[in-house]
Order: sequence, then C-alpha cells, then structure tokens
Amino acid sequence: MNEEPGDENQPPSFEERLKAARGRQGLDAPSSTSARDSGGADGMSPWGIGLRVGIELVSALVVAVAIGWGLGYLFGGKPIFIAVFVLLGGTAGILNVWRLFAPRPTRDRGR
Amino acid sequence: MAAGGIDALGQFQLHPALGPIGASVNFTQSNLMMVVAGVLTFGLLWLGMRPRAMVPGRLQSAAEMAYETVLGMCTETIGPEGRAYFPFVFTLFFFILFGNLLGVFPYFFTFTSHIAVTLALTVFVVGLVTFVAIRIHGLHFFSYFVPQGVPAVLLPLLVPIEILSYVSRLISLSVRLFANMMAGHVMLDVFGAFVIMLGGAGIIFWLPAGFSLAVNVALIGFELLVATLQAYVFAVLTCIYLHDAVHLH
Repeated sequence: MNEEPGDENQPPSFEERLKAARGRQGLDAPSSTSARDSGGADGMSPWGIGLRVGIELVSALVVAVAIGWGLGYLFGGKPIFIAVFVLLGGTAGILNVWRLFAPRPTRDRGR
Repeated sequence: MAAGGIDALGQFQLHPALGPIGASVNFTQSNLMMVVAGVLTFGLLWLGMRPRAMVPGRLQSAAEMAYETVLGMCTETIGPEGRAYFPFVFTLFFFILFGNLLGVFPYFFTFTSHIAVTLALTVFVVGLVTFVAIRIHGLHFFSYFVPQGVPAVLLPLLVPIEILSYVSRLISLSVRLFANMMAGHVMLDVFGAFVIMLGGAGIIFWLPAGFSLAVNVALIGFELLVATLQAYVFAVLTCIYLHDAVHLH
C-alpha cells in the first residue's frame, strides 16, 4: 500500500506494517485512496461498464419523467412539466455518467 | 412468453409457503428465502466464532474474512468514521449476498430478482444516507445540491439537475441489482428449456441440446460471479453514498 519506491527487496518495516494495520482498523486516516473510491468503475469488464452507464442514464430520466408526469397530473394535464423534466433528467443522467468516470480530486477529509 | 412454450418469467411468481399458515398471512417463498438468508448469515457468524481459536479453523476463517472484508470496505471508502456504519453495511451485504447465492440452487427462489425487494432496500439506504447527512450537517446539507464555483444565474437550472441526480440513485441502485439477477435467471430458464425441447425432438437435435446444457453449466458459474459481484457493488455504492453524506462534496 504505502511503501517507498526503491527498496522492493526489503520486507516492510515494523513502522510501515503498524501504519498499514492502524489504517485498516480506522485508527488513522488512510494515507492512500484505493481504486474502490471511484465506485468500482476501473477494473470492470466492458459489459459491466456499459450496463452501469446505461442504468445511470436511464434512471435519472425515469425519475425526471415520473416527477414531470406527476406535476402535470396535479396541475391539470399540462405537458410543459414533462417537457422540462425530460430535458433536466437527461442532463442529470449525463451528470451521473460524468461523476462515474471523472477523475476524483484529492479528498478533503477534514471537513 | 407463450411463444415456443418457454415460460421464462413464471419462475418469478410468488406462491404461499409453509402451507395453510403461510397462505393465511401471505408468507411467500420469497419471504421464506429472506428468513433463510438471515439465519444462514447468523449461523455463519455464530457457529464460526464459537471456537474462538487463536488459529482459526475453516468456518472461523470464513467468518473473520467476512468481517474484515466489510470493515475494510467501510473504513477505506467512508474514512475513519466508517466504523459507525459497519453493522448496517455488513447486514446489507450479507442479506443480498445470501439472497443472490441461494437463488442459484434448484427449487430455491431469488428474492433479489423482484424490484419490490431491491427498491425497498434502496429506499432504506437512500433514506438513511439523507438522515445521516442532515443529522451531521444540519441545514448545511442542502448546499450539497449547489455546485461550487457556478454563476448564480445558472443555479435555478443546476439545482434541479443535482436533485434529480441525487434521487436517481433510488432507481439506479435498485434496478442494477434487480436486472442482473432477473436476467441471469431468465437466461438459465431459456437454455434449460432448450435442453428439454431439443432433447425430445429427435436424435439429430441431441448435439444442440448438449450445447445448451454446456451453456447452462457455464451460466451457473457466471451466476455465482454475478451474485457475489452485485452484492459487493451494492455494498460499495452504499459506502460511497455514506461517504458523501459524512463529508459532503
């Protein structure tokens, strides 16, 4: 996890192992963020990524259409709500996909 | 699914379990499998940890590995505060994992193949995440929907998009688990029906029937992979949402 470059042959020192163990137990803040943080999108098969992107795109649209249809139903069948919310939902879907693949900046864990 | 006589969706119908008692309270085979999944999780931990050996045996190793994997997931994804949410994530992960894995056995039922079940789980997760965020940050939580460094003119457009993106977790989390489990079992059913239909159609069709059987064997292995992976993905995404709730942005 957090070993110095250069001394590959040396076994990790006690300090390093202690630090790693403390990080695992949550006693220290972990010093390195793992690939899991991005939601597991790295290391997935192309099928997995495709399914994931599809679901993210469609789910935002489904929610938006449901809200738009519901508002239109409440306010006497006006189609303007569903028209607006389809656009918003599509944008939210794109935003979801962007969040999935965007390189995450360094976390501010102190907040 | 009347065409060809393959009833691929009939396997997802609910039937009362446990005889007349179950029928009177609508206790279905889905509920029975949920109870079995809970009992198995409890049994793994209780029986596994009973020896309390310094050098663990096989069952104790499994129980310890389960504990440490989920604990690692919590502390690495959420941060040091993740220990507080460990019991929740552990319960969720093993309920879904055992539900998915039980479905691979013949005559058993996959309760995660019903959107009612996965959506209920997801509503619970998103509700808890929102509750945690409001509990920790108070009204400051609503700044989550306001992106930083954006001109104020665009905010009326961007805030609804952010809210939609937040709410769409409900659908994406539940549909991912439900669709994966249902699709796998439909494929198993279709290829199983091919074996019967081609095998009964005469000796020329025995080769394609054998091919379908081989596909089914491979699909069972694939189902085991998907069952574990989807339970893991559900738990990791719960952890990521909890991280967002604890840290905001």
